[in-house]
This record gives sequence, structure tokens and C-alpha cells, in this order.
Amino acid sequence: MTGRVVVVGYGMAGARLAAELHARGGDRRITVLGAEPHRAYNRIMLSTLLAGKIGEPDVELVEALGPRVDVRTGSSVSAVDRTAREVRTADGGRYGYDHLVLATGSRAVVPPLPGLDPLPDRVVPFRTLADCRRILAVARDARRALVLGGGLLGLEAARGLAARGLDVTVVHPHGHLMERQLDPTAGAVLATTLTGLGVRARLGVPATRVTADADGVRLHLADGEPLAADLLVLCCGVRPDTALARAAGLAVDRGVVVDDRMRTSDPRISAVGDCAQHDGTLTGLVAPAWTQARVVADVLTGDDAAARYRPRPTVTRLKAAGIDLAAMGELAGTGDPDGTGPVEELTFADPARGTYARLRIRDERLTGAILLGDNPAVGTVVQLFDRGAPVPADRRALLLGRAVGAPAEPAASPALMPDAAVVCRCNDVTRGALVAGWRAGARSVAALSAATRAATGCGGCRDAVTGIAAWLAAADPPTTDEVRETDADREAVQVS
Amino acid sequence: MTDGARVATRSGVLPREAATHCPYCALQCGMVLRDAGDVVEVGARDFPTNRGGLCQKGWTAAELLDHPERLTTPLLRDRPGGELRPASWDEALDRVAAGLHTVRDRYGPDAVAVFGGGGLTNEKAYALGRFARVTLRTRHIDYNGRWCMSSAAAAGNRAFGVDRGLPFPLADLGRADTLLLVGANPAETMPPLMRHVADQRERGGRLIVIDPRATATARQADLHLQPLPGTDLAVANALLHIALTEGLVDRAYVAARTTGFDEVRRTVAGCWPAEAERLSGVPVADLEAAARALADADRAIILTARGAEQHAKGVDTVSAFINLALALGLPGRPGSGYGCLTGQGNGQGGREHGQKADQLPGYRRIDDPAARAHVAGVWGVDPATLPGPGVPAYQLLDSLGTPSGPRALLVFGSNPVVSAPRATRIESRLRDLDLLVVADLLRSETAELADVVLPVTQWAEEDGTMTNLEGRVLRRRAFRPPPAGVRTDLEILAALAARLTDGAPLPTDPRTVFEELRRASAGGPADYAGITWERIDADEGVFWPCPDEDGPDRPRLFADRFPTPDGRARFHPVTHRPAAEPVCADYPLHFTTGRVLAQYQSGTQTRRVAALRRAAPGGFVELHPDLAARLGVTDGTPVRVVSRRGELRAPARLSPAIRPDTVFAPFHWPGAARANSVTNDALDPVSGMPEFKICAVRVERA
Repeated sequence: MTGRVVVVGYGMAGARLAAELHARGGDRRITVLGAEPHRAYNRIMLSTLLAGKIGEPDVELVEALGPRVDVRTGSSVSAVDRTAREVRTADGGRYGYDHLVLATGSRAVVPPLPGLDPLPDRVVPFRTLADCRRILAVARDARRALVLGGGLLGLEAARGLAARGLDVTVVHPHGHLMERQLDPTAGAVLATTLTGLGVRARLGVPATRVTADADGVRLHLADGEPLAADLLVLCCGVRPDTALARAAGLAVDRGVVVDDRMRTSDPRISAVGDCAQHDGTLTGLVAPAWTQARVVADVLTGDDAAARYRPRPTVTRLKAAGIDLAAMGELAGTGDPDGTGPVEELTFADPARGTYARLRIRDERLTGAILLGDNPAVGTVVQLFDRGAPVPADRRALLLGRAVGAPAEPAASPALMPDAAVVCRCNDVTRGALVAGWRAGARSVAALSAATRAATGCGGCRDAVTGIAAWLAAADPPTTDEVRETDADREAVQVS
Repeated sequence: MTDGARVATRSGVLPREAATHCPYCALQCGMVLRDAGDVVEVGARDFPTNRGGLCQKGWTAAELLDHPERLTTPLLRDRPGGELRPASWDEALDRVAAGLHTVRDRYGPDAVAVFGGGGLTNEKAYALGRFARVTLRTRHIDYNGRWCMSSAAAAGNRAFGVDRGLPFPLADLGRADTLLLVGANPAETMPPLMRHVADQRERGGRLIVIDPRATATARQADLHLQPLPGTDLAVANALLHIALTEGLVDRAYVAARTTGFDEVRRTVAGCWPAEAERLSGVPVADLEAAARALADADRAIILTARGAEQHAKGVDTVSAFINLALALGLPGRPGSGYGCLTGQGNGQGGREHGQKADQLPGYRRIDDPAARAHVAGVWGVDPATLPGPGVPAYQLLDSLGTPSGPRALLVFGSNPVVSAPRATRIESRLRDLDLLVVADLLRSETAELADVVLPVTQWAEEDGTMTNLEGRVLRRRAFRPPPAGVRTDLEILAALAARLTDGAPLPTDPRTVFEELRRASAGGPADYAGITWERIDADEGVFWPCPDEDGPDRPRLFADRFPTPDGRARFHPVTHRPAAEPVCADYPLHFTTGRVLAQYQSGTQTRRVAALRRAAPGGFVELHPDLAARLGVTDGTPVRVVSRRGELRAPARLSPAIRPDTVFAPFHWPGAARANSVTNDALDPVSGMPEFKICAVRVERA
């Protein structure tokens, strides 16, 4: 019985689940309880909002609206009573459920540094729309900004702030940026690219403490001189919000433990998105969260009671003006443990142009890749990895970015073209037919067109026909009405 | 102009030469027919669409006039499994009338069905719809255009309140700064159209093509996006997402001329480019470049064709591109807009005048009481006697001969044995009928199954009108009398009506039928009331809507308002969904179908033209050399393409122009090479369009 579905959390996962359930109709009642005061928004677009390219309305997500959907924003859930099958909110509300879905998401990690408790005004984590507003409020009068954390989110924040004209430095304790996805070479190329975009990186040095006052903030580093700025943005990772689940006695590891149907240890409770831990893995990404929401909707509504969550391999993608980065799979070890063939490793680096590519292939399948810089094959590489499809026979296509399509056909000179070569595709006219037409007296482009219909379709071969006419005129000047068969024949033999 | 002025247009007097239009595709290239002794000579006319160009199909069109395989006598099959034998017209028509009577008496009027075609003139399409509704009183009429234009039509109607393929003249393409072609390959399907594209390129315009194959058209593009088949919708939403995040949306236009943007904005907020890249394989950088090229242009045009439309999500895919066009402020802006490239010769007119299951003439809806009253008035019948809507083409054919489906079928201008999806199944449905009647000029594969075959005139032997891909109504002009023993479709309908009812005789003169069509369409979205044959002759065609004889026609729509109740265009939120049939271990490859330059549709005509047969002699399976190497196949190796529904056998043709995960076959051939033996009959829920463009297959050496 799933007549009453309560969803705790109105972030990207919770909103999507509400929309999925709503779209399937039926007579179940859906209640969504969101702690944040505003409607659901697209977290992925927050860095674009930070950059000032869009306004707040542009990050809104589709809302499930209807008589059977009750969305309550600003409604913080304080407890789940599994015996009474009831959820309680901080403001005293009680919501009975037949099925409960936890979509509580995750919270930004505030590193345990002296000076961050309580958070000074000029220090803001980057996670929510409220965070974004605070960052923008401080950034308005700021000149210099620091970003602590050189992972994907930190770099997106840094890019957004740099796009606003701020002088940005990323401070990262590891030896290279995005160390979970990149190798040191790629990290170095990326750092160079970022420098060109107004983002500096201080690498391999831990922060030790933060001092702040009304005029500015200082981030003290283990190697001495503190960095001063008007704003410090914390991008030090996130932690699943499992407090509610833990208090309710559900099985919780790093996240709320779920099975393939996204069920927690209580079959009346599911969990999706950042807070859920499936097969030992936390996702932290939107695409899997939305897939999980679909699985829950399928199972709850009976649309596909056999639906199961099958995680797709993760592809990390950073694409902004001047940056194009894709990273996926394993770049260490032997790749697929079930593989039998040797591991092929291909690399191409052109640091001066910000280009780096590294591919690992085993048994004709891509097991990992980093592509950095403008590489037209990035879409192909992502798909090959995603689908486990066999790689091209010529691997250079992936490394150097030659597209999968046909290479441009070189324009053949008339002399080198075989007689059977089709010059006019619209009318299926070969070079041989044009030569024959010429020899039968069609001694101009117009006459050749009239005689053979070449260039009378799309007109795209007009230049080619003109070239052939010119070549024939040179090889066989129309000084006489006689058709000089021997010359033309010899020419044809020579060139075909 | 006009070439038309040189020729006689008085009916009954045949000219020495006739300025007419090509019998094949929706470009309706202007051509002139002349007597050259034993043969009819085809010349190209400098008409605004083709500008003096013709492709090989057009140049050779006259070869079918006196073709040895031309049907010149009715054929009858005396018993199931017997051979077709020549018969007199009276015998054949009596047999049809008797068969229809029997079926109607036993099963009711809906047990008789009519299947039309997008190649029929406006007069024939109109007369066929009237014949079905008034003479046969069946709700079951639909046509092969359902497999061609229905997705674009549905999306156009729901966005703009009207469906005219191009809401602007074709020549506007030549002046576009950016031209985006989605699933369109005009370099092969309508080559003279490329003259406008060449114009566009010469003026410095940018051409962007979205196609899973590096087609002859895509190879000319400045930017070619090569998505996995079935992911165009995701690409379109990503383009709009980029337009949003980069501030490229024309907010003033959206506010002044549209409704529903906020919901689309929220929907595409969730369609980020990296996800589209993963689905489609199109790099984000290329998506960004395409979005910018469209937004930066003073004049930008987006055109879709069958590649985007022939999917179980075809309507939504077109809507996604219309959403993009609207967000960028294109429709109604001079030189800009969205359009679709109509395929069949009268694919536009054929979908306006009542061949469609849910439609009455003038693009009226058959479930609209006011429309029924108006049309019934013109037809002189009680509106209550008009049947209601029938079902879309595939559902109709799939129900034939079943307990709840029609038992008799009349086919005009179509060859579903070759062109229907899941054709093996449709072939068996046709065989289950009590009576199958096919009117055609040649023994098509569908005619081969018929109980009665009725030989009809072809284009050079008949007068009438066609409406081309621009919504321009054109004159088809008779050049010579039909061979003895051949009748026009209008004559056949009249002769059958005379045998089936006691009513007034149906007109057989196309001009009389057109006059009636004008009255029936008056006040409808596709209003022909002000169009006369003289006006078409004088003006290089007339663009509908044209309600008044003395008033202007409408080459360009939407300049001031959209024909919706509030005058605004409507956004429609859509999201990607996977193909109806995903690939799997047993069927690991994507299969897609399409056309080649030298053949047309089911090939009934073009396969019989020697020059075209030389250029394109038979079916083939196009596959990437990498895939071929894994399959142990070289160029020319016979291969089998196997789906859950059937298989095709044809030689392999290796080409790096196709993605290694996709194979392609043209659908023009019957028998072992029939591509539609393989295709999926999953249908679009709105338009009834089958999913011709993607299904799951495996490829084996044959």
C-alpha cells in the first residue's frame, strides 16, 4: 500500500521523485517536505549563477503541481517514527506515510580549522542557493577571493568568481588539482589553463587556520605567509545528511544503506540521491540521483515493479569557457580485473596549448580516460566508456580528436581521376561521361551540362565540371571539329 | 514568369509543351515537357524552388510514361492464391463494388478502409476523403503521409496553431546567416534545394547539420553534429540549456509573442550539456558552437526532416527544436524561423484536405462540430452522418483482417508492403483481407497482393494542383492523353460511387473538384478559398492561406501573430526518452533507415527507370570499417541485418561516414533487401509516427 508517499528533502533528487510520481498519475498523495525556504533549483547551475550569467529564476526546476501533491518548503523534519509511520517536522507538523523516501542530500564539509566555528561572514561554503546568495553578497564589493579545495566544485566556484572579475586563488592541499580524477600531468596542464583564465592555484600546502575581521579574511598555510582576501569560499567536499535516518534506527554507513530498489533496512522507507549509499558507493551526482528517483517511482507505482538501480560508470566533466575536461574510469592498476589482454596506454600531451589526452584500453574497451583541452573526440570517448563499446581500430582518432566521421575527401585533379569517378552525384555523371561528351562536341561547361546533365541538380559540382572542361580544353583544344580520339584515349589511359 | 503563360490551360486542349512540376518529391521542381518525336522530353524550368535544376529522378521521369511494365488494363484475381488476370473495367469495378457491398453488409461501414498517399494531387486527396466519409461512410481513412510528416505536423500545430512545412519561401534559406538542418539530407533527397544552400554558403552563412551519418549534406557543413540515432531531442534541449546559461535567449520576443516559456526553462535547466553529450556523443563544445551560431545570427533558420521526426518521440523532438527556435526569437522574424522539409510530392496538400483519419478539408478537425457542419454543408449531407476520427496509418493497417478491423481496403498511391514499418506483419495483414483493391500505374508489391488492380494515369497525363514544401499551391498540367485502358483516380472514385450509392454523380474533372475543395477549405487553417488555377498560373503558385480571390496570399507566416487563440506561439516542455527498443547483447547495434539519391520512396517508379537502376541498383547495408572488421565483412560481402521482427539481406557497403555503433540501409527495395522487414512499429503517442529511424539489430554474414 503506497497511498501516502512522503518525501523528505526538496533538492534535486526529492523534486525529481515528486515529479516522477506526479507524472504517473494514480490516486496516491505525495507530500514533499523541504527544509530550504524556496522551490527546487538546479544545483548544477549555481556556478553559472555565481558567474553572473543567469538570474535566480533561471535555476528553478520543474515543480510537481496538482491536487494530490503537497510541497511544503521551509519545513524541516525533526524525526521519523517508524512504528507510527509518521514524520514530524520542527514546527510541530505530523505526516503519516505508507512509504517514506529520504532525499536529505548532503551538507558541505567545513574543515576543522581554527577560526571557522562559528563561520565568519566572509567565509562561505558553496553548496546551496542560500550559500550562493551569501557569496554574491560578499563578492559584490570584493576584489580578491580564495577558494579552499581544488576539486571539481572548487574549480567551478573559482571559475564563476573569476568570471565576475575577481582575482581568485585556489588553495589545495594535494600536489595537483582534482587529484581524484586526474594524474599529475593533467593536473599541471589544468593549472596552467586556469592561470590563463585568471585563477591561480596554490598546491600541496595544507591550510592551518583562518582569521577574519570586518575588512578581510586570511587563510594561514602550513608553509608560512598567509593569503589575504575579501572572500573565502569553502569547497572541501560534502557529507551525506544521515542524521534523520540514523536517529530512526535505519542501517547507515557513510550514507543510508539501500538495496537495488533503493530500499533502506526498513522496506517502507527508501532513500535516493546524495544521502543514499548503494553497493558501498555514494554518488554525489545528479544523473544517478535522477535514475534512482525513477527506480523508486517505478517500484512504488508498480509501473515497473522489477525496476532496479544499475549504476552507470562515473564521468567527470568540467566544461566552461576556456576549459574542457573529461575524466572517467581507472587510470591506475590493470583496469578491468576480469580483463585478459594487455593494458594499452596511450597519451598525448601538448601543454603549451592546454591539451592532454590519456586513454587506457583493455580487450578493445576503454577502461579509463582523461581528455583535457579542445578534443573533438570527447563525445565519442565518453560514449565508448559509458557503453563499453569497442574502440576504433585506429586509436589516434580518440587521442588526437579526429572525428569518427569521414575524413574530407581531397579534391582530385581531373587528370588523376579515374573514368568511373562520379563527378555529379545528382545525375550520376562520371568523369568518363564528361570526357565522352566533350569528344562528342560539347566544348563548354554549359554544353557539357546540357549533354550529360552534370551540375543540373544541386549545382555543387559546377566547379569540378569547370575544372574538367578546362583540363579537356588544354589536353584537347577545340581548334578543330575533329574529335582527336587518339590523344584523348592516350590521355585517358595515362591518367586512369 | 511565366512558363505557364506559354501553354494552353483550357481543359480538353492538350498543349505541345506543358509547364508542370516533377512527379516526385515535395520540392516539386518546375519542369517543362515537350514532344520529341517518340519520346517525351523533360526540360528544367527556372522556378523559384529549383532554379533550373533537376536531379536524375526528375530528368528521367518521363521514362515511365510508356514503360513496358505500365498497367493499361485492370487486373483481377479470381480466387485466393490465383494469378492476377486482365479484366475489363466494368468487370473490375463490379467486382470491387460487390466486394465492398458484401463487407459492408456483413460487418458495417467501418469494415471498409481507404489508404491514400502523399503523392496524390489535392483534388484526389480531397475526393478520396469525401469518398470515404460520404460514399463509404467509414471512419477508416489514413495515408502514407502519416509515416512522413505527422510528427512535424503535430508539433507545428501545437506550437504555432498551424502546420505549413515552411512558413516562408525556400529562397529565405539562401539568406540565412545560420542554417541548422536536423535529420535532413537534401543533397540526396532533394538535390536542387542545395542551390539555395550554396547561395547561403557563398554569402558567408554557416551551415550546421545534425545527422548520425556524414551524409552528402553533412559533409558540406561548417559544423556536423553526429549524434547517436534517437538522441536529437536531448541535443535540442542541451542547445536551449546553453542558450539559457549564456544569456542568448531573446527575452523580449519570448515575453511579447509566446506563452509557456517558464515551464520549458525549468525543464531544460535539468538538461545539461554533459548529459546530452553522454547520450548523443556530440561534444559539449560543438553544442555550444551550434547554440552560439544560431543565437548570433541576424537570420537563422532551423529545419527538421525525417531523421528527427520518424521516432516514437518524433513530436517531442520537433517540439524541442521549435522551443529552441522560439527562445531565440526566430519564428516570424524576417529571414528566420523554424520549418520542416516535407517529403512526398504533395505531402503538404495531402495532409490538408481530408486523407488523414482525424481531419476534414482545410486542415479542419473531424471532431470539431463547426468543422463538420461546414464541410457537411458543402457536401450536401447531414453532419451527423459524417463518421468520427479513425486511427493512424500503422494502427489501421495492423488491424486489417482482424476480428475488430476492416475487411476491405482501397489503396491509392501507396505501396505499404515496402514502406510500412514491420512490413512482414503488414504484408500478412493485407493477405488476411477479404478484398484488397490497389489503384496504381505499375504493379507495385502491394498491387501484387491485390484482388483487383486498377490502372491509373500519371502526372503528365493529368491536371490538378499540388502544394509544395513551402505551402505554395502549384499546377500540375496534362501534357498528353493517358494510354487507352487507363483511368484517373477521380474517374475510378466516381465509377465506384455510382455503383455504391444512388446519389448525384461525383465530378471527374479536377477543376470542378478544386472548386469544391475551395469551398470546403474556406475558413479552415489551410484556406484555399481565394486560390484559382488562373491565379496559380499567373503568380508562380499561391501560398495558403488565401481566403479571398482578390486578397493577398501568404508567402510568410507569423510576422504579426500566430494563428492560435491568443495569437502567441506556445512552448511545450519535452524531455528525452530512450528509443523504444534499446540495444542489448543479442541485438547490439543501432539500425537506421533512409534514402538514396537515385530512388524515390518504395521505388515502384524509380526502380523501373534504367538510368536510376544503374545508379542505385539494389539495397545495401552501410557499416563502418571498424564494425565490418569485427564482423569479418568486407565491401560487398552479403550480410543479414536481424531484428526481433525480421531480417534483411544485402551486400555490405563500408563507409567511415557512419558511426561504428550504427548500421544504415535504404528502404527503397522489396524482397530480401527490404529494410522495413527490420524496422520497429513502436508509434509516437501523439502523431502515430512509427520509429523508422532506430531499432536494435545484429549483423551477420549472410
